[in-house]
Amino acid sequence: MLAKRIIPCLDVDKGRVVKGKKFQDIKDVANPVELAARYNREGADELVFYDITASNEERNIFLDVVEQVAREIAIPFMVGGGIRTIEDIHSVLHAGADKVSVNSAAVQRPELIKESSDKFGSQCIVLSIDAKKTSDGDYHVFINGGRKDTGMDAIEWAKQGEALGAGELVVNAMDSDGEKKGYQIELTKKIADAVNIPVIASGGAGKYEHFSEVFAEGIDAALAASVFHYEEIPIPELKEYLSSQGIPMRRRA
Amino acid sequence: MIAIIDYGAGNIKSLQFALDKLGKTSKLTMDPEEINQADSIILPGVGAFKDAMEALQRYQLDTILKEEAANGKPILGICLGMQLFYEFSEENGGCTGLGFLSGSVKRISDKVKVPHMGWNILQSDQPGTLLNHLGDEPYVYFVHSYAVDDLDENTLVASADYGGRVPAIVQNKNITGMQFHPEKSGDAGIALLKNYEESIS
Repeated sequence: MLAKRIIPCLDVDKGRVVKGKKFQDIKDVANPVELAARYNREGADELVFYDITASNEERNIFLDVVEQVAREIAIPFMVGGGIRTIEDIHSVLHAGADKVSVNSAAVQRPELIKESSDKFGSQCIVLSIDAKKTSDGDYHVFINGGRKDTGMDAIEWAKQGEALGAGELVVNAMDSDGEKKGYQIELTKKIADAVNIPVIASGGAGKYEHFSEVFAEGIDAALAASVFHYEEIPIPELKEYLSSQGIPMRRRA
Repeated sequence: MIAIIDYGAGNIKSLQFALDKLGKTSKLTMDPEEINQADSIILPGVGAFKDAMEALQRYQLDTILKEEAANGKPILGICLGMQLFYEFSEENGGCTGLGFLSGSVKRISDKVKVPHMGWNILQSDQPGTLLNHLGDEPYVYFVHSYAVDDLDENTLVASADYGGRVPAIVQNKNITGMQFHPEKSGDAGIALLKNYEESIS
């Protein structure tokens, strides 16, 4: 049986892991390669690295980090942030990443999903969706780090992303991000029900039960940052708990 | 030296790093002389079957691989690399493969999410040294939308369960395939690569 995945997310700024709350208030946390190695030892199933600066000179620091991580750990990892072109995707895959997530650039030019999945395979193209409930009650897609409402319906965009060749989706619920009050189940489940590709829930994890809630709804993977970085939720204990709830978890031999 | 066939197939660095950890020298190459000199060959691969076959043909690597396979050199195919060993894949309207193993490749049932992406348990289908020291429930990392369908049952070493049986390790003499990514499967994957390397040395 396919295990549900636990995915720590590392926001990287100038070669350091930082943690923002609601996309602001950035705090320095750790060395990304050391933190990746720790998560690998603790049994994380996959890692995500977001380059949150993405100016050109800082881009090269980030690519060095990607390559060092690939050398250090033997689990899959995804890279996102500032991915705008086929060349950007090629450079992070070449540095050793397994998957690349696209966000704003795909909203502005959806063909990027098709072109990149044709070239590199659907398995490595992940569509990351920043979404928030708007006053009309629908979930809209936001871009530019959550600053701009595109007016697009998040569920329709997820379906379109699948049709264009995305192999996986990250649903980042902006309202719940950093709040530690649980994942945005309603939105994430709506999207998971609308597509037939894996869906990763993101934003809002604060305690063990938040993970079991999201997995009980058929979501494939759960992403979190600060609760793992600060060891508020140790991954081995989390997996022990989820296994005891009957959720299939990969356990290390 | 292990020759990793270079035909533009995705993330090769992780595979090289994993072999480094085992103290194995590998070289990414498409040079016939180097492939001929190598002790063994790894055929990696992600992406589409037809594109991969066309790339192999463009560099005459298909001919070289067929010669080396016939000469008995150990060849390991990983993910799409394993699928290319078969006679035929239905991906993108159908394409003929290398034909080292009898059988064909079909799309995973839409009853489950496709791609089959994530960690799944390897179940042993026959005894052998490849699965040594893996523990009770070895999880390995899969990412694929197509899987080997009909095959010679004697060649099936291990499988996973996802919308039906997914052949995970196949072996016939010098030809071995792993549908998952051992280089991305943590300690279990490193142990599998080590077992494989010991079996051919």
